[in-house]
Amino acid sequence: MSTIEQVPVTVTVNGKKYQRFVDPRMLLIHFIREELNLTGAHIGCDTSHCGACTVEMNGMSVKSCTMFAVQADGASITTIEGMAAPDGTLHALQEGFRMMHGLQCGYCTPGMIMRAHVLLKENPDPTEEEIRSGIAGNLCRCTGYQNIVKAIQYAAAKLNGRTVQEAAE
Amino acid sequence: MNDMTPTREQREAQLQGMGCKRKRVEDIRFTQGKGNYVDDIKLPGMLYGDFVRSSHAHARIKGIDASKALALPGVIAVLTAEELKGLNLAWMPTLAGDMQMVLADGKVLFQNQEVAFVVAEDRYTAADAIELVEVEYEELPVLVDPWKAMAPDAPVLREDIKDKTEGAHGRREHYNHIFKWQVGDRPGTDEAFARADVTIKETFYYHRTHPCPLETCAALASFDKVKGELTLWGTFQAPHVVRTVASLLSKIPESKIHVIAPDIGGGFGNKVGVYPGYVCAIVASIVTGRPVKWVEDRMENLSTTSFARDYHMTTELAATKDGRITAMRVHVLADHGAFDACADPSKWPAGFMNICTGSYDIPVAHLTVDGVYTNKAPGGVAYRCSFRVTEAVYAIERAIEVLAQKLGMDSVDLRMKNFIRREQFPYQSALGWEYDSGDYYMAMQKALDAVGYKELRAEQARKREAFKRGETRELMGIGVSFFTEIVGAGPSKNCDILGVAMFDSCEIRVHPTGSAIARMGTKTQGQGHETTYAQIIATEIGIPADDIMVEEGNTDTAPYGLGTYGSRSTPVAGAAIAMAARKIKAKAQMIAAYLLEVHEDDLEWDVDRFQVKGLPEKFKTMKDIAWVAYNAPPPGMEPGLEAVSYYDPPNMTYPFGAYICVMDIDVDTGVAKTRRFYALDDCGTRINPMIIEGQVHGGLTEAFAVAMGQEIDYDEAGNVKGASFMDFFLPTAVETPYWETDYTVTPSPHHPIGAKGVGESPHVGGVPCFSNAVNDAFAFLGSTHIQMPHDPWRIWKAAERLGLHQ
Ligand code: FES
Ligand code: FES
Repeated sequence: MSTIEQVPVTVTVNGKKYQRFVDPRMLLIHFIREELNLTGAHIGCDTSHCGACTVEMNGMSVKSCTMFAVQADGASITTIEGMAAPDGTLHALQEGFRMMHGLQCGYCTPGMIMRAHVLLKENPDPTEEEIRSGIAGNLCRCTGYQNIVKAIQYAAAKLNGRTVQEAAE
Repeated sequence: MNDMTPTREQREAQLQGMGCKRKRVEDIRFTQGKGNYVDDIKLPGMLYGDFVRSSHAHARIKGIDASKALALPGVIAVLTAEELKGLNLAWMPTLAGDMQMVLADGKVLFQNQEVAFVVAEDRYTAADAIELVEVEYEELPVLVDPWKAMAPDAPVLREDIKDKTEGAHGRREHYNHIFKWQVGDRPGTDEAFARADVTIKETFYYHRTHPCPLETCAALASFDKVKGELTLWGTFQAPHVVRTVASLLSKIPESKIHVIAPDIGGGFGNKVGVYPGYVCAIVASIVTGRPVKWVEDRMENLSTTSFARDYHMTTELAATKDGRITAMRVHVLADHGAFDACADPSKWPAGFMNICTGSYDIPVAHLTVDGVYTNKAPGGVAYRCSFRVTEAVYAIERAIEVLAQKLGMDSVDLRMKNFIRREQFPYQSALGWEYDSGDYYMAMQKALDAVGYKELRAEQARKREAFKRGETRELMGIGVSFFTEIVGAGPSKNCDILGVAMFDSCEIRVHPTGSAIARMGTKTQGQGHETTYAQIIATEIGIPADDIMVEEGNTDTAPYGLGTYGSRSTPVAGAAIAMAARKIKAKAQMIAAYLLEVHEDDLEWDVDRFQVKGLPEKFKTMKDIAWVAYNAPPPGMEPGLEAVSYYDPPNMTYPFGAYICVMDIDVDTGVAKTRRFYALDDCGTRINPMIIEGQVHGGLTEAFAVAMGQEIDYDEAGNVKGASFMDFFLPTAVETPYWETDYTVTPSPHHPIGAKGVGESPHVGGVPCFSNAVNDAFAFLGSTHIQMPHDPWRIWKAAERLGLHQ
């Protein structure tokens, strides 16, 4: 019930256009989660460290807790909810995370997948080291990252048309 | 049989039962952003609560003025201790038998303590309003150092109990003393020390840290005034316990409280206790008649809800000169903060610290633990550990190294010489436990062979020589740890929480068409229960795991259970599943006998069916039987196919493992690089190897964090240092080492499926392994112990002390 004057914001999220009036100080993560009811992106910290809130904006990874919704005016955003194909087929990353056991509690997963998505666009066939540094802005408390790396390698292989290998025990 | 008849192997594979790497069912929703965590829930008319917190560590509250906050549009209420007193809720009982302030009552006892609860229409307004609440403090002397807690002139922290000489765990020796807990044979231990050839004594400080799951704690309370019913969603590792506590506090009957733990974003012990935020959300909903949500931010999480460890462990070993350990003596000074809010089984004020004799056959031992109050946040939870086992294992595994150093022995030889031998199980330890099973020697040997231990030691010797000659500034450390955990609390004879015995439960219903639902008293926070529990049932009753729904976290539908922590889910709930499944199978066998017109004894179980012995073509599958059970049961038999089991375990389980770590340390920068980490775990029967491996990776990563940098520290004024991710060390993918995993299998003889539990082992064994590696690097220079956490600054300081920078 803020007394601050509301300002208009127009964004395209997962291909759908939204127009809302918001507090200028509203964070993008709250806008996505609470105004648009897309609760896949999470909040894990107050200092821009954890990456649980990562979404893709105009082709780049952004930590949506570190931006105001108004800064996203006119932008095109993809969230985890927009990753599967319209027919429900999972993206190679979503499949990879499941096949390689790249998640446990699932709280970091949407951010990880969104980050990995941009990483693979920039570097379609990254080495393990490149993956590790590429996801260094995303924290996971459960997996120890090893299987996240494998999940991203799985997706890279699949996207590059190579046969994918299932997780070794 | 025609070609379409599946073979036995095909039928078995189709079940996806125990032992297979079944992919997780949870992942289908989590990878699509369709998880449902507390903060994702939105109710009509929902309000938001936020705390005004103390800036002081110890101060008297002279006054609270909320008028400016209340005048802010959108603010609905401000609760203080005064309001809560009207409901008799200003204080609440802790799980450890102490009382804790819900909101500061007269004074504050630690920085960031909850002082007032602001309720507003949205979270931004609530955040604005907390700035407008004016609190007047009068500062009091602050007690930070636990070693000074019992000094004659120490400040009085807990005025509410300052004259009480009896606490929940016996006599209190000082107004800041909480308890003294003793186990073992003191005179026998003294005598063995007096006679010993060699003794060592060292104080190992296991620093204060925090479980820090990626999702913080949260609750959403909705009180329906008309029905008099309370629905509470929250990050609860033990939803039924929360319901019982909520009922005791609010006087609402348990039947009218609906506690729901939806998806939980990691727990690691953080989400066992009951926190002021939960209570305030409930009260605020009752007062306002609207749903109220409370979500911690990260700073609040790290600085208020549930720290872990903070044990000062003075550890002594006595031995013969050829390395046979003859006695152990341990004294712990336990810093519990401002309230004793440890989440241990109620009779165990120091948890299972008396597992500190470890994996060794130590004939006599004595342990004393003194718990004291300080001006720090309460907690003392089991961070990825079964009630102080982590501390216990750290003490013994460091002490073994120190003793080996004094004896001039390789610490592995010392371990091997003192291991409890295979034929000694079940083994009675000097401090009162009965270890169920183990083959320590084989596990250790397998680990040594896997890493090429001898060559590593030879390489280290060469490096040390090179270092002495000034050819390198790098030291190599080899860390070994061999741990025995005690998990699966626990047998009702010695484990309860506030009087509730620590059994666990499972209810299975097989539906007429042959699919099933299982409901549990536990609650997954990432361990994958929905996947693994179904595997146990699949193997037991022959229904494919994919046709079995596992439901947890709703106290209306789940049978009462004590929840998930202390690696108790597999040992306790896993057993309840097997027992419930076996009841179903017994009934199914009667039905099959009736249908096949044979005696029950003439039937045998084969994967998914009962078949007539010697006539495998005459069979009834569980699916066939389910239909009949409902629609045409044998005369005189009750219809239906379901069972409930409450399992009270006869004993704990004792997983164990051998870990080896190789590190290279730059003495000029203090940077330690983990070159290799090998972890061998024995958790008994393995239900899902993929998930076990994932648990081990995660536990080792948390162990790495704790050993190498993660801590919650305070300055002399009681200011908490580093309660955000700016300072609190959480390793990223870059720092995290690569983990090599391995296993042996020694089933638990008393568990229905032989499983022991694994989630916490890697943390318990990992921390001493890293710490031993760092210490080992410097041991040849005469250093006996360097305190954790081993961040570069502290390692650099250790090198400085040892004169390596001249
Ligand atoms: S919520 Fe942690 S970086 Fe955005
Ligand atoms: S899966 Fe739990 S934080 Fe990554």
